[in-house]
Amino acid sequence: MSRINSPAELESFRKEILSQRDPDKPCITLCSGSACLATGSGKVFAALEQEIEKQGITAEVSFRTTGCHGFCEQGPIVVIYPQGICYLKVQPEDIAEIISATIKEQKIVERLLYVDPNTGEKSSLEEDIPFYKHQQRLVLGANRKIDPKSLEDYLAVEGYQALAKTLFEMTPEQVVGEVKDAKLRGRGGAGFPSGVKWDFARNAPGDQKYVVVNCDEGDPGAYMDRSVMEGNPFAVLEGLMIGAYAIGANEGYVYVRQEYPLAVSNLAIAIEKAEKYGLLGKDILGSGFDFTVKVHRGAGAFICGEETSLLNSLEGKPGEPNARPPFPATKGLWGKPTNINNVETWANIPLVINKGADFFSAIGTENSKGTKIFSLVGKVNNTGLVEVPMGASLRDIIFKIGGGVPDGKQFKAVQTGGPSGGCLPENLLDTKVDFDELTKAGAMMGSGGMIVMDEDTCLVDIARYFLEFLSDESCGKCTPCREGIRQMLKILTNMTNGLGQEGDIELLQELAETTKGSSMCALGKTAPNPVLSTLKHFRHEYEAHINHQKCPALACKELIAFYIDPDKCKGCGACLRKCPADAITGEKKKIHVVDQGKCTRCKGCFEACPAAFDAVRILSGEPVPVAVPEEV
Amino acid sequence: MTETAEQVEETAVEEEIDLTAANKILDKYQDMHGALMPVLQAIQEEYGYIPEPTVFLVAERLNVYSSQIYGVLTFYAQFHLKPRGKYIIRVCMGTACHVKGAGRIGDTVKERLGIGHAETTEDLLFTAEYVACIGACGMAPVIMVNDATYGSITVQKTDEVIEKYKAIG
Repeated sequence: MSRINSPAELESFRKEILSQRDPDKPCITLCSGSACLATGSGKVFAALEQEIEKQGITAEVSFRTTGCHGFCEQGPIVVIYPQGICYLKVQPEDIAEIISATIKEQKIVERLLYVDPNTGEKSSLEEDIPFYKHQQRLVLGANRKIDPKSLEDYLAVEGYQALAKTLFEMTPEQVVGEVKDAKLRGRGGAGFPSGVKWDFARNAPGDQKYVVVNCDEGDPGAYMDRSVMEGNPFAVLEGLMIGAYAIGANEGYVYVRQEYPLAVSNLAIAIEKAEKYGLLGKDILGSGFDFTVKVHRGAGAFICGEETSLLNSLEGKPGEPNARPPFPATKGLWGKPTNINNVETWANIPLVINKGADFFSAIGTENSKGTKIFSLVGKVNNTGLVEVPMGASLRDIIFKIGGGVPDGKQFKAVQTGGPSGGCLPENLLDTKVDFDELTKAGAMMGSGGMIVMDEDTCLVDIARYFLEFLSDESCGKCTPCREGIRQMLKILTNMTNGLGQEGDIELLQELAETTKGSSMCALGKTAPNPVLSTLKHFRHEYEAHINHQKCPALACKELIAFYIDPDKCKGCGACLRKCPADAITGEKKKIHVVDQGKCTRCKGCFEACPAAFDAVRILSGEPVPVAVPEEV
Repeated sequence: MTETAEQVEETAVEEEIDLTAANKILDKYQDMHGALMPVLQAIQEEYGYIPEPTVFLVAERLNVYSSQIYGVLTFYAQFHLKPRGKYIIRVCMGTACHVKGAGRIGDTVKERLGIGHAETTEDLLFTAEYVACIGACGMAPVIMVNDATYGSITVQKTDEVIEKYKAIG
């Protein structure tokens, strides 16, 4: 097949592809997202290829590598269709058995199934695993069905249907109207209505306009854009082209974070293939519409996720923000009207066009429509990417999909919205997750990071951690952000070192309000959120640090001491051998003692002490008793 | 002030950089709108860092001030003005990793190699970087050595990884 010149040719090519695919033929798919590659997906691939050939079933099965399935902690993931049998943590040595048992004899390999950590129940089908069962994967769903490097695979799942519809059946105004009616809001953080944004760029005077994909996903703890870009680059490109047609642009840029090499290479392959088939370039599908796209790699600056900074960076300048207005919609890249949206937003566009605004706006809450992908990570049993309708509760996401907190620990807080988001406690777990409710609760949607914290996490330390990140990433252009963050960080660092003073909380609050109210861009305006939300919900932890030099979570190194309980120590020497600082003295059968002056608080002894003895204790805010090394 | 022998020698070493590759890169990108960053990225990929003579070459050929180029080079975390180690160890300090004990992993790297953030061992074998988030949160805590990712890492596994690369040399 060569260039596709009309919607009719597109449909006949699609039919041809589908006719060559037998839906009942066994198909082995292997996740090759970044996380699965890191856990050995590459070796599993080689083993699968070899074994399929060795067992002589090349003609009877199809085999495909796909993008990220989202259940990243359990990788590498193998799913066998048409049944949808899901094997987790698959290693090369498992492959022979998978082929001989499951493919040849339709038997399940029990040991590779998902086991619910709470109930011990096994699930053989992907759709029965609680992690997947409660999700609605409208955007991420295609990732597990297609090879991101195959245009044919994308066409098989209705790819480019939305583009054909847009170019031949809709006027640009109708496209903008559809996106407005769908009430799609930007997935990058601010939640601005996408249709309204498109309209601004469309109505801005000028012949040359640009569209841009923001794939500078910098929020620590969020990686959904990475997975969409790596796993389904064609969908992002299709959405981008629809947007370009709507606002009247013929050139687009994709700005990808430097840290995402696989996204860059998959995107480059997608662009090359789309060009070959005439789905990019001149006279796309014979419609007369031209569109070209360039990929630009970032160079490691969090601030470049902010749209004016990103545009400066695209122009080859330092990525510092500009004051808005003028907004990029009127004066953007090279001073021309520019529309910039996040990866997930663009990936939603083909869905909106294919299914229509009514379908899309029926999902979600009153003012937040559609689904949202979250990266559910931290102290939670099932970590990975989770796509749910707007309005799902935090509790459902963390406990139903995430399976709760591991090791029987107590849930303490969930942090949403990236470094500028907020930490919400247990009593707010029934909050409905949408743009407005999260903001009302003192957190925010942000790009969709959701980090679960348990009783061992210190919230003062978390606030310090985020401020340290933001202090590094503040570009320094405006004073309130540069200095405000730095001063807050200083106070928080003092607190975690046991040097907190009376009045620190009030000073923090004052600094936070000033930074919030007077910074130039969103980085500074939202930077105090981690401080304000933890102060609001976990003030007692701040007070313990200041008034009693105590870290209730036993996490702040300077505020804890390791102590061997003389009543429990059996004199086995496990801790002594583990200690890297020679801080433990003791002999066999004699009570061991920690020299507090030498101890580096590495926690090695605490972990080395056999669970049956449980003799090492962590103390905070209380004097360490003097122990005598007598016999046990 | 007169230059010491070492300084003269250092300058001489700097000037020995072969600019053929940099010129080729510039040939490719010269006419592109917004070429500066792609050019610098390509130069860094070629040389492993941005040697000083290439800055002046880029300034001349793209018709920008070298001060503007230094503005860009020092703004972005991923440009390096000094040679770096053969192995770049990136310790992820993202939120998920932080919550799961990345601090101790960072301490381990620091202790074993004796280098802090953005520092390189004397034998040019290792450079350590403490980075914000490498987007592999599902398997936190994570370290990367060049392009290889090591997930669910512990202090002991960190030791093993370092030893492995030391052995390869």
